[in-house]
Amino acid sequence: MLELVIFSTLNGVLYGMLLFLLASGLTLIFSMMGVLNFAHASFYMLGAYFGFQISQWLDFWVALFVAPVCVGLVGAAVERWGLRTVHKWGHVPELLFTFGLAFVIEEMVQMIWGKLPVDYRVPKLLDFPAFELFGTTYPAFRMFMLLISVAIFLVLLLVLTRSRIGLIIQAALTHPNMVAMLGHNVPKVFMMVFGFGSGLAGLAGVIAGPALVTQPSMAHVLGPILFVVVVFGGLGSLSGAFIASLMIGLIQTFAIAINYSIGDLLTSVGMARPVQGMLSDLWQVTVAQVGPVVPYLMLVLILIFRPTGLMGTRES
Amino acid sequence: MSHGYRTGLTALALGLGVSALALPAMAQVKIAFIDPLSGAMAPIGEHGVKHFQYMIDKINAAGGVNGQKMELLTYDNKLSPQETVIAAQKAIDAGARVLTLGNGSGAAAAMIDFVNKHNDRNPGKEVVYLNYAAVDPAFTNDKCSYWHFRWDAHSDIKMQALTSYIKTQPGIKKVYLINQDYSFGQAVRKAANEMLKAKRPDIQIVGDELHPLAKITDFAPYIAKIKASGADTVITGNWGSDIALLLKASADAGLQVNYYTYYAGGAGGPTSVKQTGLKDKVFQITEGIANINTKENFAWEEDFRKKHQNHGWWYPRVRNEMDMLAKAMNEAKSNDPKVFVEKLRGMKYKNIYGKDTYMRAEDHQFFQDIYISALTPMTGDMKFDEENTGWGWKMTATIPMAETDVPTSCKMAKPS
Repeated sequence: MLELVIFSTLNGVLYGMLLFLLASGLTLIFSMMGVLNFAHASFYMLGAYFGFQISQWLDFWVALFVAPVCVGLVGAAVERWGLRTVHKWGHVPELLFTFGLAFVIEEMVQMIWGKLPVDYRVPKLLDFPAFELFGTTYPAFRMFMLLISVAIFLVLLLVLTRSRIGLIIQAALTHPNMVAMLGHNVPKVFMMVFGFGSGLAGLAGVIAGPALVTQPSMAHVLGPILFVVVVFGGLGSLSGAFIASLMIGLIQTFAIAINYSIGDLLTSVGMARPVQGMLSDLWQVTVAQVGPVVPYLMLVLILIFRPTGLMGTRES
Repeated sequence: MSHGYRTGLTALALGLGVSALALPAMAQVKIAFIDPLSGAMAPIGEHGVKHFQYMIDKINAAGGVNGQKMELLTYDNKLSPQETVIAAQKAIDAGARVLTLGNGSGAAAAMIDFVNKHNDRNPGKEVVYLNYAAVDPAFTNDKCSYWHFRWDAHSDIKMQALTSYIKTQPGIKKVYLINQDYSFGQAVRKAANEMLKAKRPDIQIVGDELHPLAKITDFAPYIAKIKASGADTVITGNWGSDIALLLKASADAGLQVNYYTYYAGGAGGPTSVKQTGLKDKVFQITEGIANINTKENFAWEEDFRKKHQNHGWWYPRVRNEMDMLAKAMNEAKSNDPKVFVEKLRGMKYKNIYGKDTYMRAEDHQFFQDIYISALTPMTGDMKFDEENTGWGWKMTATIPMAETDVPTSCKMAKPS
């Protein structure tokens, strides 16, 4: 049992940190510009594909630095020549713009790299078991992913709380008009934040690509869960996004490990398990099977009971 | 919703049917291949296309069918039942009257339903569905159809063979079942539970997992659970990315158990097996393997691999299917499904290993010897490896056709 708990925790934290890399950028963009960026997960996919391509041409370690920068530049360009142009028509066109962009990126990826998953391998240097516990090994690459995401989290925290640019961003989160009045170039801040957020998503893609699967549907798989993280954590709240990411990562991983169903619960308190009738199947469904739905249930509940999210301060 | 959708489709079908009447007769016999060609399962579908194209080239080189050439049309159904129906309609509109689909029993069920309805509504323009891989037992039992033929052994036949083998392996004590959560995975799980209980009541089933189909990119949490359960053997019907990634996660965790699988031979599987060093521990149950030593089989495998970057001939059943189709068409002297279907029913056929096989007329299920093989480093008598790993499939056991003969509940309605 202990080994299951330890490995589920490791896997859950890893998945959570990966979500956080994506969610941190998304939540900043969301709260600053008031726009849910539907294409955010597509930048994650772009990161994975850029990473794959660069590691084919040169090396994984080059890709680790270059690919996120490339994705960041694409993101900044999208903001500068796409979103900013659409911005004057209001939020709904912006939303539709990012929605369409997600499809365009997916189609382009399919055109360039094909519909099949690409063979994006773990670099040789990290292709060994990091440690062994209870006879189970844990791959070094996963430890590397974990370290990178923790490092990024710390850097992000320092930049946002200790630097001048962080102050401006934080101010722009809550009082965008006031910041503009003070003479700061808010559109430029927007562009930088958008580019930086996309770059973070790209970085997540570069490191997740070899461990998971690099394929055109990878944005689709992660997209919806990101919105859950952002809304659950609270708009614009980095610490909220952090907590929500870890929670969802752990819940999803631990749910898989739990085999109990409602029926088992009933039997354990001495009630009979319903075996007949239209809904009899419902009692047999285990937590493991409903695991994927749990985050969305959390989303619905938090919207009902605490619309600002865990750590959020404003609704919009 | 689904009712309105079907009505809409029928209206569409009728409309297009009328316009198709005006077209001149096509000179070619069109075979429509419908399978996932995008998404996680695309590598499986793509390799299937290569099999069918190879077979069609062979048949055409040998003179085609009744003086006509065969032509392959391919459609991507994205593994979805809805898209399957749309693709099938497109294929029929393009002139195809032979449809083939393998992957995903959900898609296959939709296809059977569609073909039944289409044929009821369009007498004289019947189409036939040749199933090369969807193995939900229902298709040749309570859902059996006159217009459906299946060449792969269905899930219960495979499990029957597998458990017969497990019976001879006293080392197996704790079994973990992990399967995809849809009709096929559930069929595997049910058969495994029942047959193990009957044949090896001492075996403890320590896990019985269902996970979403083709959605999981990281099986590490499942592997942790298998490890914690203390299982010595995993039985899985997983296919495509679900088996490759399961084995990959297993490799990452260094999990040393026996894997009894239906489809470990698919893309990515052998690579992961070698990486874990699971020598003689990963088994697959199939209708044939590359290393069965007959002259014809070796020549076939060699030629196919030469044309496809050393990717193996995964599906001996595609050869059976297409060969028998051509034979039925030529014997019936007609490429019209309504006519040649009668020849397929009960057809006897000698496969590439020189063994007798037949298509049971009662339920349109194909019967043949079934093989259990293990992935192991190449030895002297093995000729072909998988995915350039230096490991290949080595024969472990043969289950003769007579022992695979499971009864059917099919009451086939022959159309008038």
